[in-house]
Amino acid sequence: MASGRTTTGASERGEGFLALPLMLFYLLFFIAPLLLLFAVSLHADKDMAAWGLAQYAKALSDGFGLGVLFDTLRLGVETTLLCLLLGFPLAWLHRNAGPRWQGVIILVTVLPLLTSVIVRTFAWIVILGRQGIVNTLLLELGLTETPLRLLYTHGGLVIALAQVQLPLMVLPLIDALQKLDPNLESASAALGAGRWRSFFRIVLPLSLPGIIAGSVLTFSAAVTAFITQSLVGGGQQLYMPMYIYQQALTLQNWPFAATISVIFMVAVLFCIALFNLLGRYTRRYSAM
Amino acid sequence: MPDMAVQDSDTSPAFQKAGQSLTLDAITHRFGSATAVDDVTLDIRAGELVSLLGPSGCGKTTLLRIVAGFINQTMGRVIVGGTPIDDLPPNRRSVGIVFQNYALFPHLTVADNIAYGLAARGTDRAAQRVRVEEMLALVQMQLFADRYPRQLSGGQQQRIALARALAVQPRILLLDEPFAALDKNLRLDMQIEIKRIQKMSGITAVMVTHDQEEALSMSDRIAVLSQGRLEQFGTPSQIYDRPETLFVNTFVGTSNLLPGHLESSDATSCAVRLDDGLRLVLPRPAEKMAAGTAVVVSVRPDNLAFVEDGEGLAGKVELGMPLGTTIVHEIVTASGRALKVSSARSAGAQPFTSGTPVRVAPVSLDAVQIFPAPKQ
Ligand SMILES: Nc1ncnc2c1ncn2[C@@H]1O[C@H](COP(=O)(O)OP(=O)(O)O)[C@@H](O)[C@H]1O
Ligand SMILES: [Mg+2]
Repeated sequence: MASGRTTTGASERGEGFLALPLMLFYLLFFIAPLLLLFAVSLHADKDMAAWGLAQYAKALSDGFGLGVLFDTLRLGVETTLLCLLLGFPLAWLHRNAGPRWQGVIILVTVLPLLTSVIVRTFAWIVILGRQGIVNTLLLELGLTETPLRLLYTHGGLVIALAQVQLPLMVLPLIDALQKLDPNLESASAALGAGRWRSFFRIVLPLSLPGIIAGSVLTFSAAVTAFITQSLVGGGQQLYMPMYIYQQALTLQNWPFAATISVIFMVAVLFCIALFNLLGRYTRRYSAM
Repeated sequence: MPDMAVQDSDTSPAFQKAGQSLTLDAITHRFGSATAVDDVTLDIRAGELVSLLGPSGCGKTTLLRIVAGFINQTMGRVIVGGTPIDDLPPNRRSVGIVFQNYALFPHLTVADNIAYGLAARGTDRAAQRVRVEEMLALVQMQLFADRYPRQLSGGQQQRIALARALAVQPRILLLDEPFAALDKNLRLDMQIEIKRIQKMSGITAVMVTHDQEEALSMSDRIAVLSQGRLEQFGTPSQIYDRPETLFVNTFVGTSNLLPGHLESSDATSCAVRLDDGLRLVLPRPAEKMAAGTAVVVSVRPDNLAFVEDGEGLAGKVELGMPLGTTIVHEIVTASGRALKVSSARSAGAQPFTSGTPVRVAPVSLDAVQIFPAPKQ
């Protein structure tokens, strides 16, 4: 064990140099701007003349801003849940399909990634609009008298975001389910467990790593999806990315924009930490 | 072979129900157009340990999965204790299975793995704990209750897989290549262990193996399969001493195969002329073969012995190897056929040197087998 550790350490030191360019890149274009952002947020006034925590006091006592933050996190959670609900059956289908169908499912899953977010978002505007496909269909079928308001609503946005982010959920799920030994389900059945028990006791816990990875990816992508949020959510729906944009570029209030950015980032990291807490459970049995 | 079905008095109190009989009635299974199991019929008695023996790909696992209910057979019936179970899903069959890779649930502790089936049946927690303790004691793993499967060796994992399968008192226990993943020393220990537990629990067990020694040493009866078909079903001594087909003869044990022709056959004996010249008169009729039929005669290496001049087959020693208590010689006959001769080795005895001219003949003519020659 001890000797094993030293060899790994030595090789890591040697190969560490390979990561140096990336480290420099991160330092210059990620860590430095982040520190700068933090520095800007520590100014008491709009013109950045004095230092102080005034912006934080303002942001944390501002009901409107906190409401926007809450809506944004809720958007992320709802999109993640919808992705999970749509993605798990798809990944399950992939697992039980023959090689040809597996290829088709993968293609259909990653296809959205090959088109621009803007194109996909406009497609949703066409689908959800007053004269969009959904409303036309509902009117023709006589299921509704007047067109439904789907576009520029929170619900419509969740649906559009879920479609846009679905690959981020499905790919880790497919990976996790493929690693699952089919004999485990057979063993569970032979021991007397029905399908649902096998699913909740065996399949679900063992695909947790994939669920966590997919959820973290979808959640962070959904809460920061500026373009889709703005176009499908429209003017009435305000989320953090647009709120920050308005404060910085429209109102030129850089310290306040920086402050809400920092608060937003901490909140998102907190949510991701919550997801990862679930991962603790899987580390207990997979680590030697 | 005595009937080895277990008496009630051997049965441990941990098992109320003794095993039940298992009948495979004309089972056929096709994957698409490929026939994996072809009209197999087996009657397995309660408490027996039966091996399905055959080369890789002969349909052993498929047969096991049909009994467990993971595959629905194309034709035929599976009958347990007199009742057909074909319409039951796997979770209602009460058939325990130990997989080749053990398939322990990696996210559950040893105790939770064993309790899994009990929980699925709604056993209350206190009773679960008692049963888990009993099973851990049975497989001698009491100290490992709180470990995760990853923290166990292969043999320990197998014990837990066995304990997990037996905890719910299944009617039948299935074992798929149970020893294939274990190293040689551990394999013998686990063979004894599984045999002990099987006898103690009185459960009917079906074990899949491609290892003939394993099948011969552990089984009450062996079903030899080839290309999905049942070749022979009998006790280890029947399989080894009285193979009914050339396939069983060559698959089980080593044998020398000598081509020849049937000269005559009557009610009590038959005469064979080997292509190498020797004439053998066997003390039993050659069934279903007419005089003149091309045959293959099989003589096990331990049934060949060196004889005096003028008798048996002439040949030259190619190689002699002392193997502990036996010496194995490879002999080459005048026609170039290689024969193995195995003889007991007395203290200090040395093998013949290469090139020594020798003569060999069967010791027991009764143990010589004769089969129709395979069609070319
Ligand atoms: N799911 C399957 N689909 C198609 N063919 C299969 C499947 N499972 C097994 N087979 C085929 O059936 C035959 C018997 O397989 P198997 O029962 O696994 O053999 P064994 O366990 O004796 O090695 C093999 O030729 C194998 O290729
Ligand atoms: Mg097999």
